[in-house]
Amino acid sequence: MQRIGVFVCHCGTNIAGTVDVVAVADALRLEPGVVVSEEYQYMCSEAGQNKIKDAIKANGLTGIVVCSCSPRMHEATFRKTAAAAGINPYMVEIANIREQVSWIHKDKAEGTEKAIILGRAAIAKVHLNAPLHAGESPVTKRALVIGGGIAGIQTALDIAEAGFPVDIVEKNPTIGGKMTQIDKTFPTLDCAACILTPKMVDCAQNENIRIFAYSEVEAVSGFVGNFTAKIRKKARYVDEVKCTGCGLCTEKCPQKKIPNEFNLGMDNRRAVYIPFAQAVPKIATIDAEHCTMLKTGKCGVCSKVCTAGAIDYKQTDTIIEEQYGAIVVATGYNPINLDKFDEFAYSQSPDVVTSLEFERLTNAAGPTAGTLLRPSDGKHPHTLVFVQCVGSRCDAGAEKGKQYCSKICCMYTAKHAMLVREKYPDTEVYVFYIDVRTPGKNFDEFYRRAVEEYGVHYIKGMVGKVVPEADGTLTVQASDLIANEQLKISADMVVLAAAIEPDKSARPLATMLTASMDTNDFFTEAHPKLRPVESPTAGIFLSGACQGPKDIPETVSQASAAAAKVIGLLAKNSLKGNPCVASSNEAMCNGCSSCERVCPYGAISYEDKEFRMPDRTTQIRRVASVNPAVCQGCGACTVACPSGAMDLRGFTNRQIMAEVDAICR
Amino acid sequence: MSMNENKEFRPLIVAFCCNWCSYAGADLAGTNRASYPADVKIIRVPCSCRVNPTFILRAFQRGADGVIMCGCHPGDCHYTSGNYYARRRMTMMFSMLDYLGIEKGRTRVEWVSAAEGAKFAATMNEFVETVTALGPNKRLEDLRCKEN
Amino acid sequence: MQGKLIERACALLESGEVARVIGWKSGELGYDTTPAVFETADELRADFVYGDFCGANLSKYLIKNMKNEGKTLVFLKLCDTYSFNQLLTEHRIKREKTYVIAVGCAGMADPERLRGLGVTGITGICTDGDSYKIDTVYGEKTVAKKDALCIKCLSCKGGEPVVYDEIIGGDVTPPEASDRFEQVRALEAMTPDERFDFWRGELSRCIRCNACRNVCPACSCESCVFDNPDSGIAQKAAVTSFEENNFHIIRAFHVAGRCTDCGECSRVCPENIPLHLLNRKFISDIDHFYGEYQAGESEGQRAPLVNYTEDDAEPSAIYDR
Repeated sequence: MQRIGVFVCHCGTNIAGTVDVVAVADALRLEPGVVVSEEYQYMCSEAGQNKIKDAIKANGLTGIVVCSCSPRMHEATFRKTAAAAGINPYMVEIANIREQVSWIHKDKAEGTEKAIILGRAAIAKVHLNAPLHAGESPVTKRALVIGGGIAGIQTALDIAEAGFPVDIVEKNPTIGGKMTQIDKTFPTLDCAACILTPKMVDCAQNENIRIFAYSEVEAVSGFVGNFTAKIRKKARYVDEVKCTGCGLCTEKCPQKKIPNEFNLGMDNRRAVYIPFAQAVPKIATIDAEHCTMLKTGKCGVCSKVCTAGAIDYKQTDTIIEEQYGAIVVATGYNPINLDKFDEFAYSQSPDVVTSLEFERLTNAAGPTAGTLLRPSDGKHPHTLVFVQCVGSRCDAGAEKGKQYCSKICCMYTAKHAMLVREKYPDTEVYVFYIDVRTPGKNFDEFYRRAVEEYGVHYIKGMVGKVVPEADGTLTVQASDLIANEQLKISADMVVLAAAIEPDKSARPLATMLTASMDTNDFFTEAHPKLRPVESPTAGIFLSGACQGPKDIPETVSQASAAAAKVIGLLAKNSLKGNPCVASSNEAMCNGCSSCERVCPYGAISYEDKEFRMPDRTTQIRRVASVNPAVCQGCGACTVACPSGAMDLRGFTNRQIMAEVDAICR
Repeated sequence: MSMNENKEFRPLIVAFCCNWCSYAGADLAGTNRASYPADVKIIRVPCSCRVNPTFILRAFQRGADGVIMCGCHPGDCHYTSGNYYARRRMTMMFSMLDYLGIEKGRTRVEWVSAAEGAKFAATMNEFVETVTALGPNKRLEDLRCKEN
Repeated sequence: MQGKLIERACALLESGEVARVIGWKSGELGYDTTPAVFETADELRADFVYGDFCGANLSKYLIKNMKNEGKTLVFLKLCDTYSFNQLLTEHRIKREKTYVIAVGCAGMADPERLRGLGVTGITGICTDGDSYKIDTVYGEKTVAKKDALCIKCLSCKGGEPVVYDEIIGGDVTPPEASDRFEQVRALEAMTPDERFDFWRGELSRCIRCNACRNVCPACSCESCVFDNPDSGIAQKAAVTSFEENNFHIIRAFHVAGRCTDCGECSRVCPENIPLHLLNRKFISDIDHFYGEYQAGESEGQRAPLVNYTEDDAEPSAIYDR
């Protein structure tokens, strides 16, 4: 029999105002096993906690029930109190008589009665509590960063700076991500490449960082502190050590007509290519899908011209297996596909471009060498129309587009408009918007400069239709909501601010990591305010746009924040787990695998074990065992188990039923 | 539950709430002073997937008049998939109880997020009303568990 | 057919391919055929039967034989092969330790139903087209086959056995199947009060003999949850109406999605409680909400209750029906 102490908190008048706390303490004193029952003004105060500690020592208590505020508030506090007085912290139960009683029930008699019942339920549970001890597991002091854009780069650099080894896995042949395609950055208008490429080089030169470019994470197992990842290094058909990045092969390859991803298909590259001049690692890659040699065995030009002898047509994918203590997801974003937005004539006219395509058209390293030329005829455009919120902020029921705001478009459009007006003052620029959203340091000032200094025409209203005309112009039909009139603008180019969405690789990755996602496939943070860079799955951290739309400054802040969390984790030698985990009674277990199927963490495995039977024979049976370091204590397995062999510590079947019984008494 | 005849019927409601969303939603209802009847008694579980149908039957056996299970909204489970399993289990279980002639209104599943204090209170008010209208649970009670 | 089965089983035993045979043997009376384990050819020749009273599903008896040396030969009727697969899926038996002979089956007679038709004192039975000719101590009787078939045979799964090493009697035509959910739908159409009365009338007869549990191939637990003191629901005998309900609700829930609808529970119930109607309710709900699913159709299936999709029906869907 437990020796239970009951401590009823007044919470000033928060509880005592509508609950007769003395009556509660008196009633609970009569419950079996209760040896002391007291009330006090503030149990969570130092004096209140000392009262509990003194009572534990004076009465040899083995279990504690605190009738107070929500356990989400002070369960941890009272567990520490109990531990300080020498009893196991998991021998404490809280009856929530504030949020569930005093704050919602006005009638004092009714409130008091309910408080007593909740107290009884907690007492009934404590009777069945057992001391629980958290297991410890070691931490592998290496981090994995998935995604090599600015988010992944910043996270990796910060972790490496703190002295921990980091691996970056990037699916493209080079790190750098979307930022490499951007021309200038708002609100300072400094060149993206000038601030990004040094960081890329830093990554390559940092001895704590390994870059696995042109690689993908194929499988992840394990748990916080002890992940094992399988990384597939895709065959480049180029020896990474031998290749000097001279680029001769990329000039001689006879396969010339392959759409260049880096310029979003607006020009061509060869079958062997280096995405751009500052690529890291600067190694050529053979695109197996288009290489004549790999397809037919006839060609071999690149091999002939390569003085380093780096071309290796026989190269195959390699699998690297590595241990990690923490994993950072930095898979980034992509503009949405605009196939469903026919009204803007995106697929009909080459002069209707997305904003990212526009970046390439204004970039010195882009297909037009930085001169803004109309894609259809290479002429200088005189009238530009920017359309905001293409696929962003759509209605919930709409069959296309996203409900959320893509966040970055208002600012980059202001940038584009401003740059066009600055470089080509003879060009008229119109921006159609729903709202202009410019929260951020120096953001609104930037937007106002576009309007006031650069004379960009901002028109509140949506574009209804873009019609390509026979003369090569585009007729933009729109409404001006402020002037309340319909407009028709004859434009040379239309730029669509396409919504952004998480990269397609994110969903399968989330499944692999058992990290949760929202309905838009953005990774969910452990807490939207207080733990914004952690996934609910322990040891998985979030960096950049994979968690939600973000601009560069925000991405970099989050990337560093995620790095700080990773460093905090890797600095530990071992981790203490949550002791409220599932455990299987092997004598009852059938080994049927039902529990394993519902476990979201892969915490359950099976082994053949020998059992001594009552008739002194032995029998080998398949039984489940739970890895307490992996189990998060959800309890899904306990219900899937038909024999009731699986139970959850801290929330056992008998504990919950005892609560039910006490409530229904 | 006392069946004193000159007292009006007050149902006994057992609510299983997951720690991360619904229990926090109930806390928020408290913080916002969003009132619901004292007939509702909450049992905290880590996740809706911890709710074994035997717990629900047990509550009815011991004299509960209604049992409600609350969890995170589908897609928002702290453990990613717990409420999806709970959803199937409870759909099946409650359908079976209906098949056995137990009044449908006595069982309910509701998804309540940590931000939905008002929804929690409204749900409880509604559920208490429904169960009150149904009267005492006679079909799944255990006569031994009754006070005279 | 019986002769062929004995011959083949003896050959497999004598060649050492299998170490024992699970089959049926006749009891003391003409109709109480029971499952049995045979270890020698002599035993087989003396006692093995395969006739119209071999309704018993032998798959579950394999579990206990898994620990023994060598392979176990088991005779499985079409419907029993589904249970076999389900046991494989749940790792209760090992394929490599079994030898499955699927046997042709034209439906099995249920002595309880015959008794209901007034046919008692049975000493023998044979099929004659659409009827059974039954020898009784009171003389020969003839009944229509469909009136005497086991309940499960009325909704025979038909088609090929889903797992086997060889088939004997593959040319036997299985009985014609009728809609197995007819009674479930009839119950669903009743008012809750009528349903409650119906089930009280049925379940109140339960004597908690555990025959349903012991025969059920899905109830294959090492130790039943009702015998597990930590489950909080351990209970040996039903004392009140609640406990009668509780046992059968939980039993049906535990086999939901795993039940192959083999009908053994109802066949063995000494009180003739239509327990299969509980299982079929779950099957019908699973089919309705989560798509058609036949437990045991293939090895390694993921049972519907340990599975989900993000857009599953909400539980409120049952209130809208």
